[in-house]
Order: sequence, then structure tokens, then C-alpha cells
Amino acid sequence: MLLRVENLSVQIGSITPLEGVNFDLDKGEILGLVGESGSGKSLTALALAGLLPLIGGRIPTGRLLFDGADMVPMSRSQLRALRGRKIAFVTQNPMTALDPVQRIGDQVDFVSRTHLGLGRKAARARTVELLTQLRIPQADTICNAYPHQLSGGMKQRIVIAMALSGDPELIIADEPTTALDVTVQAQIIQILTTLVRERGLALVLITHDMGVVAQACDKVVVLYAGRLAEQRQVNALFGRPAHPYSAALIGCIPREGMAPGSLVGIPGAVPSVASYPTGCRFHPRCTNAGAGCSDIVPELRSLDAGGAVACHYPLPGIENA
Amino acid sequence: MKVGTFDTRSGAIARALATPKGVIAGGWLFLVVFVAIFAPYLTPYDYDIQNLPNAFAPPSAAHWLGTDEFGRDLLTRIMYGARTSLSVSSVAIGISVFCGMCLGAAAGFFGGWFDRAVTVAVDLTWSFPEILVALILVAIMGPGVTGTMIAIGVAYLAQFTRLTRAQIMAIKSETFVEASRSLGAGHGYILFRHLLPNALTPVIVAAMLATGDAIILEATLGFFGLGAQPPTPSWGALMSSGTAQLFKAPWIIILPGVAVAVTVFAINLFGDALVRALDVRAGLREA
Repeated sequence: MLLRVENLSVQIGSITPLEGVNFDLDKGEILGLVGESGSGKSLTALALAGLLPLIGGRIPTGRLLFDGADMVPMSRSQLRALRGRKIAFVTQNPMTALDPVQRIGDQVDFVSRTHLGLGRKAARARTVELLTQLRIPQADTICNAYPHQLSGGMKQRIVIAMALSGDPELIIADEPTTALDVTVQAQIIQILTTLVRERGLALVLITHDMGVVAQACDKVVVLYAGRLAEQRQVNALFGRPAHPYSAALIGCIPREGMAPGSLVGIPGAVPSVASYPTGCRFHPRCTNAGAGCSDIVPELRSLDAGGAVACHYPLPGIENA
Repeated sequence: MKVGTFDTRSGAIARALATPKGVIAGGWLFLVVFVAIFAPYLTPYDYDIQNLPNAFAPPSAAHWLGTDEFGRDLLTRIMYGARTSLSVSSVAIGISVFCGMCLGAAAGFFGGWFDRAVTVAVDLTWSFPEILVALILVAIMGPGVTGTMIAIGVAYLAQFTRLTRAQIMAIKSETFVEASRSLGAGHGYILFRHLLPNALTPVIVAAMLATGDAIILEATLGFFGLGAQPPTPSWGALMSSGTAQLFKAPWIIILPGVAVAVTVFAINLFGDALVRALDVRAGLREA
């Protein structure tokens, strides 16, 4: 197993915005991390990249096993040696993810020069090759461009190139397409997943687009209000979601043949860290809530069909169209 | 999108010179620098040989700008004075920029007690007018060119420390810095390849404008007799010697004053042209 997350919690100051997250990921697998804004997706990503100190966060309990080694007790320099080399990060917004006054080529070269010890020329050759694989035309000319001279889709491909440049084993992509046009989104996801599959890398894809998950991922982890709601294989989740929240998320995907106006959202909003409800945090919005939901925290339990769910009254298995 | 040529920051001066403002200002500055460097070859007179019978001669064919109280050619004195003014002010600002950037970058990047100490020290000097800081320092070190350079350098130090610190603090929380960190960049790379290059543009512009102020400050110190010592001419000292003959020979005080004013104006104008030219994105906005 390349990555195993065991009972991960994140603490920032006196609050605990993320707790009890479990999942694992093997080489060649793509895991979708889904949930609404504020559910803890990005925190999980920062924790995986060892970047929590940047926002003043720490990991009070839990283990992050990467290639068998626990990342939680690692020193800053040990983490830095992993970042870029073994674990690479694709940030949310490509518009701000590139240094505006440094040429594209130099920014991508940096990664392979630092981590693979390549010389100036070898690094540039590698960069041009990568950019070409990412279907960037005239890659050698683009290397001399500044970020503002490129489109959003191009920039995101550059950011992906930077992530791939150090030959990592795990890529964490934090909503890599939210800032892009819909037409470009599909293309970027396709390029990213193709490259990941070709190279046998592991990918944690953070998204709130269930459509992307259905199309690109092997496994899904559903987070709600800082806790794990459900963790399943993609087909299983879409076929028979066990957690009412997962079912509601799937219900939010528009489908062919739907009557106009019949698309429903999930009523209510994600609670903020300061006002998490007691018991199951989803119960105020849950259509299935019953006795105990409002005061007993549901344990994560394994499902016979594989995966796990944290719910007192899991759905028996509604067939989804 | 235009593929093929991409503008660079190193071409900024060339781009600044391509604007009308830049041409006029750059032309004057080039002239002043040229004259300062080649003064001995451009004038038949010496700046320090006295010719008392010829004192207070009004402008004429032999002495274009007249002579001073010792019969020395005023144009020659102004040309040599440009040497003092330019070298003192640019070295002084060089000191301010270098030390200010180092202090400000370290304070902004590392924060903590070092940042607090630097901020307090800087705010303290900031609360005095530059002239006061410079006067105190010259009083301590004694008058002369070296003392003036250091005094002016320290007087403008606070400005660059604050500017750099604020820039670094703002840029350090940008996503691209986090992105770079997430790919394994260390402190050194973040500071020297991301933060400082991004902080540089406003510092260059501020340095340009501060050089103008430094010329005035140097002239002021010279006027008080605290700058370059006689017979070395400086624009401030020339004006100072002109005060005694304000009505008898007004050109002695007016013409060095004009030199100061026009040069400072040209520097500010050029700084203005440079602001636009330094911005790598300016071309895109104009298009």
C-alpha cells in the first residue's frame, strides 16, 4: 500500500476541523475526495503534503503512512525531501499558482533540478518533453513565457507539469479544475488521469464534482463537516450509496431526461466548525435521521460489500439509475 | 497570443527610454552623468585655481555662466559639482537599498523577535525627518564625502526596510509560494527566487525617486557646509557661497539651484517611465 491514512485528525489552535479520516491508496489508483466546501478536503490535502504548519495546523492523533513510513513525526527537512520528489501537489487555482515574474521554463526546471539533480540543459529537455506530453504546443517557446501570457488551461497544465517533473509516486490535486472553463475542465482531468494511469502513479483528486468522480476515480472518500461519512469503490458508491449524504450528493447530479426544475440540492448548509451539531453532524439535514442521530456520534463501520460508512441508519441499497 | 518573443525585465530601461517622458528625462540624466565623468576634458578651466581679479564676472563668452567670488568659472564648478552630487547620492541610496532590502527581507520572511526589533528601530528613525537623522550622523562622523554618504544612506534606510518587509510579507502568503513549497522548495529558493524578484519592482522605483531626494539632501548638507569640503565643489556648497552675493552675482546661487532642480525633476520623470516599463504585465494591459 502506497498511502494509508489512519484515524487522521487535524487541529488548528483550539479547534479540530478534521477528525477520524481513514482511507488507503495503492499505486495506479485514483481516489476521489469529495464533500461540500468546508468539509475538510483541502485540510486533508495539506496534511498529506506535510504543509499543515503553513496554516498553523498540527496532527494530534492518527498516522499518515507513506510507503510504510509515518509522516506525522517527520522533521521539516524530511518532509521537504518528500515533497516534490515522492509527493507532489497540484494547487486549486492555476492563476495564482505560478510566480508572475519567473519564466515558465525556469519554474518547471526547478523541480527536476532540485529533486533529480539534473543540470540546466537536462532539466530543460525534460520540461519540454513533459509539456509536449501535456499537449502544450511549441513547448520550447512557451518555456520562455511568463505566466500572464498563457491561458488558464495552459497554466494548469504547467502546474501539472511541475508536479510530474520530480517523478513523484503520489499526486494530490486540490480541485485542479474549479478555476477553469467547463470545456477545459474535462480536458485537464482527462490529461491528468491519463498520465497518472500511464505512469502507474497514485492520485488523490479533491473535487466537489461528482461527475468527475464517477468518470475518473477508482475509490471515493466522502467527507462531511470534518468527518468521514463514507468510503467506497466508485461503482459501489454510485450504485448503492450507504450514507444518506452520499445519496444526496449523487442526487445533485443532473441526469438525462430529468423534468425541468426537478433537480434538488441538499437543504441547509454545511455547519461551521464553531457550530457543529452534536451526534452525527449531518443529522439536521438528513432525511433518514432517527433516534440517537442527534446525540450519538456514529462509528465508522465496514460494509459487507466493501468500504465503510459512518451512519446509524445506512441506506439498504437504493438502485440508482 | 504572441508566441516567439517575450519581453524581459532586463529590457525595462530600453522600454522606459522608448516613451517621450523617458527620452527627455533620460537625455538630461545622460548629459549630467556624461559631464560629471568627462568634466576635465570638457572645460578649459580648473575648478580650484583662483583668479581673484576676475571675481564676480557676469556670464560671457569666456565664462558662460560667469565666475564666483574667487574668479573660478561657475560652469566648471557646476560640472565638477555634479560628480559630488551624483556619486554621493547614488552611493548613499545604494547603501540604503542594499541594507534596507536585507533587513526588510529577513524581518518579513522570518518574523518573530527579529521582525519586531527591526520594526521598532525602523519606526524610530522614520519618526525623524531624514535631514535630522543625516545631520546627527554627520555631526558624529564629521563632515566630508564619506560621512555624507553614510549619513544619507542611513537616513533613507527605514524607507527601504519598510517597503521590502511589507512586500515580502504580502508575497509570502501568495499561492505560488505555497505551491513552490509543496514541491519541495527551501527557504533560500523561496526568498531569492520568488519573494525578492517579486518585491524588486517597487524597490527599484522607490530607489529612483529616493535618489532625487538624496541629491536634495546632499545639497542641503553641502549648503550647511557639512558635505564635501572646499575646494571640492558640490551643488549645495556652491549655492551656499552664492548667498553672500545674492544681489551682486545672483547667478552663483541660481544656476547650481537650477541644476539640482532639473536633475531631480528628470529623475522623478524617469522613475515614472520606469514604473510602467518594469511591469512585465504592462504590455498586456495596454494591448
